[in-house]
Amino acid sequence: MDARSLAAPHSSPQTAGRSLHRFANPGQFLRLSGAVLPWISIAGVILTAIGLVWGLFFAPADWQQGDAVRIMYIHVPAAWLASAGYMGLAICSVLSLVWRHPLADLAAAEISPVGAGFTAMCLATGSLWGKPMWGAWWVWDARLTSVLVLFFLYLGHVALVRAFDDPVRGYRAGAILALVGAVDLPIIKFSVDWWNTLHQPDTITLTGAPSMYIGMLWPLLFSALGYSLIFAAIVLTRTRAAVMERRIRALLMARAASDAASEPVA
Amino acid sequence: MTYLPYIAASYTLGIIIPAGYALSAFLRAGRARRRLAAIDTRQRRRGAST
Repeated sequence: MDARSLAAPHSSPQTAGRSLHRFANPGQFLRLSGAVLPWISIAGVILTAIGLVWGLFFAPADWQQGDAVRIMYIHVPAAWLASAGYMGLAICSVLSLVWRHPLADLAAAEISPVGAGFTAMCLATGSLWGKPMWGAWWVWDARLTSVLVLFFLYLGHVALVRAFDDPVRGYRAGAILALVGAVDLPIIKFSVDWWNTLHQPDTITLTGAPSMYIGMLWPLLFSALGYSLIFAAIVLTRTRAAVMERRIRALLMARAASDAASEPVA
Repeated sequence: MTYLPYIAASYTLGIIIPAGYALSAFLRAGRARRRLAAIDTRQRRRGAST
């Protein structure tokens, strides 16, 4: 296969950029997100409720951990979303730095506080699970430490984006931090394989069969899907608010400029 | 149920944190929508009067 056949015209970066900018239209984003938001919010709440009630009252207890295993139905989705949220943040950062996608800047700024909240939830529930199982609230284990680093990366992004008078400079700096911090994601994923950790290895992987009883797996999948939809709904709602706030600022500035222009010169 | 305090605390966090974020996002979007509608209406009135 020669280089020309690989570089097909429809896949050029310029074409991809143009098609991305089509979706960056704020009016189109508000219309599309307004249409899907009620559905993903309702589905998220229902699936999460089913997963949590199932996990709390109907799923079996673990033969070793007893009922403490029920913390899994909160902790594991929070851990997945902490990493997935950061992946979303990194993708938005690429879109922002490469294609100057205006919605990507706003989405990145709105993902990081939500991701920080879910990472805090993962750390807190992990601590609540660790105390009865390991006898300690916290250990400096590779998995726990790398997730704590992720939490600080989120907080750093939240602070950095808002630290500049010029929002565009804040978005650029935040995007660079997010991309540099993305190196933490494979460390989190493989920490349980690379180091001898107290944290257990993954029981669910994309490539292999889950090493978990099916009666525990189903409520976990419901809970994970439900929390994912709730995460998406929160980020979409915050991004919609950010788009509207940007439009408010633009209208107020345009009005101030027209008022200043129409004032009679003394 | 064994370890009930730990489980109860985890489920409380698992509900309160997403609910808090969802509520604050919903209120913020509602505030922005009302403010934008008010500015747009004023702008249109100004445009009509000039």
